[in-house]
Amino acid sequence: MKERKTFRFATTTGGALTALLFCLCGSSLAAPQDVSQSPPGASACLSCHGAGETELPSLKALSALDIETAMDAFRTGARDATLMNRIAKGFTPEESRAIAQWLTTQGRAP
Amino acid sequence: MSLTRRTLLASSAAALAAPALAQTQGKIVVIGGGFGGASAARFLHRMGLDVTLIEPNAQYISCPFSNSVIAGLRDLSQQTFTYAALERQGIRLVRQMASQINTSVRRVTLADGVMISYDRLVLAPGIDLNFEALPGYDEAASNLMPHAWKAGAQTMLLRQQLEAMDDGGTVIISAPANPFRCPPGPYERASLIAWYLKNNKPRSKLLILDSKDAFSKQSLFTAAWKEIYGDRVEWIGLSGGGKVTEVKAKEKIFVTEFGEHKADVGNVIPPQRAGKIAISAGIADQTGWCPIDPVTFEAKLAPHIHVIGDACVGGGMPKSAFSANAQAKACAQAVAALLRGDNPVEPKLVNTCYSLVKPDYGISVAGVYAPAKGLLADVQGAGGVSAANAPASVRAAEAQYAEGWYKTITQEVFG
Repeated sequence: MKERKTFRFATTTGGALTALLFCLCGSSLAAPQDVSQSPPGASACLSCHGAGETELPSLKALSALDIETAMDAFRTGARDATLMNRIAKGFTPEESRAIAQWLTTQGRAP
Repeated sequence: MSLTRRTLLASSAAALAAPALAQTQGKIVVIGGGFGGASAARFLHRMGLDVTLIEPNAQYISCPFSNSVIAGLRDLSQQTFTYAALERQGIRLVRQMASQINTSVRRVTLADGVMISYDRLVLAPGIDLNFEALPGYDEAASNLMPHAWKAGAQTMLLRQQLEAMDDGGTVIISAPANPFRCPPGPYERASLIAWYLKNNKPRSKLLILDSKDAFSKQSLFTAAWKEIYGDRVEWIGLSGGGKVTEVKAKEKIFVTEFGEHKADVGNVIPPQRAGKIAISAGIADQTGWCPIDPVTFEAKLAPHIHVIGDACVGGGMPKSAFSANAQAKACAQAVAALLRGDNPVEPKLVNTCYSLVKPDYGISVAGVYAPAKGLLADVQGAGGVSAANAPASVRAAEAQYAEGWYKTITQEVFG
């Protein structure tokens, strides 16, 4: 797992990607997200991984399982990172799963 | 203005945007339009709540990346934001200074005498520079030896002084004891000024006089200074005589317990405290900061007032834009729950601070925080700083990520 995936999330399978892109259609990127239902810690993710394209890896094309798997790998050290390993260690697998699921509800059409 | 609770949500567009909370009643006032206050206003309003934001300035000039402005690597315009997007969103913006808070009747008085009542107040006044704490350093002195710890004219003054300095000059930065806004900030500033000197005034030196013996990301900064700047950067800590006890602004002299240091350009980062209104309203304790409940951010010294950002204390979170923004989101959730009559969920908070040692060399500190024993305590095993012996590619990536973070957070708060 320590090959050059350091700065980039692995892309997911074609099917899941297509489904996600479909869900993202019609979303408004201008307004802030509704964090009223966000599980503990989740809303902070958006300060780096937001709606726009930047130098940071985007989460938009990732499924909940992708994000959860990445968080698990960062937590255990199976996957290198500049910073995410330090943050992932602050969350249990259950917390990470809840965060991953909530994140994939963000930026989607209602 | 009436002190009764109001229901203003019935027909607003905001209520339609968040139907789940449309039944929630309550008037929320936010004081301060920085990373904390502007975020809180946006997220609370997004939940369908009635939000008034009190902020006297038409523009917000952001501190993160302002050290790059000082070093001539960036324009101040890249630091400057307006509240137009917040107004478009439907947030009521009151362009006044809040001058008083009557905590018993839940009412804010503005500088123009207008009074605004609230059910919940989110107080995000940021810092005040404490011009009484360091002999010789008052507001007039800051025109000669800038602090540049609130971005704007002071940032440009320090930059201009550096540009006007002759090659071979000495730049001195004094750093305060903890706690203060942006713990790695003085050292990033020293780094980027050293970069400017190396490239433009190579015979010049930079000295940091510090009131403490340890600082944020110390081992990373120290190693990078040695590698990149050699003898150009010198740091003197508390036990080495680095504590500044007085400044003589006209002569640009820093007085320490061990002697005097004369600067060609002097940057005094003075001791700080919570913004004035928090002090005058009795929400800050004797340390000058506002203790808070770690779940709701409600002030321990005044009910129905929630303090976020640099002004609050209560655990390990550093005073950073990232912290203020993360606290704003958690606080918004808690305030919405309280107005519904629900128990707020225990939050988890995250902080990340990037610093640049040179334009393509970034380092970071991160932390995860959770309520424990009345504080927002570090989650054990998480957090920490960038790896000590990382290759240049990792430093370059972190410098890029710093840019990405800035774009994302400023878009979220002001865009």
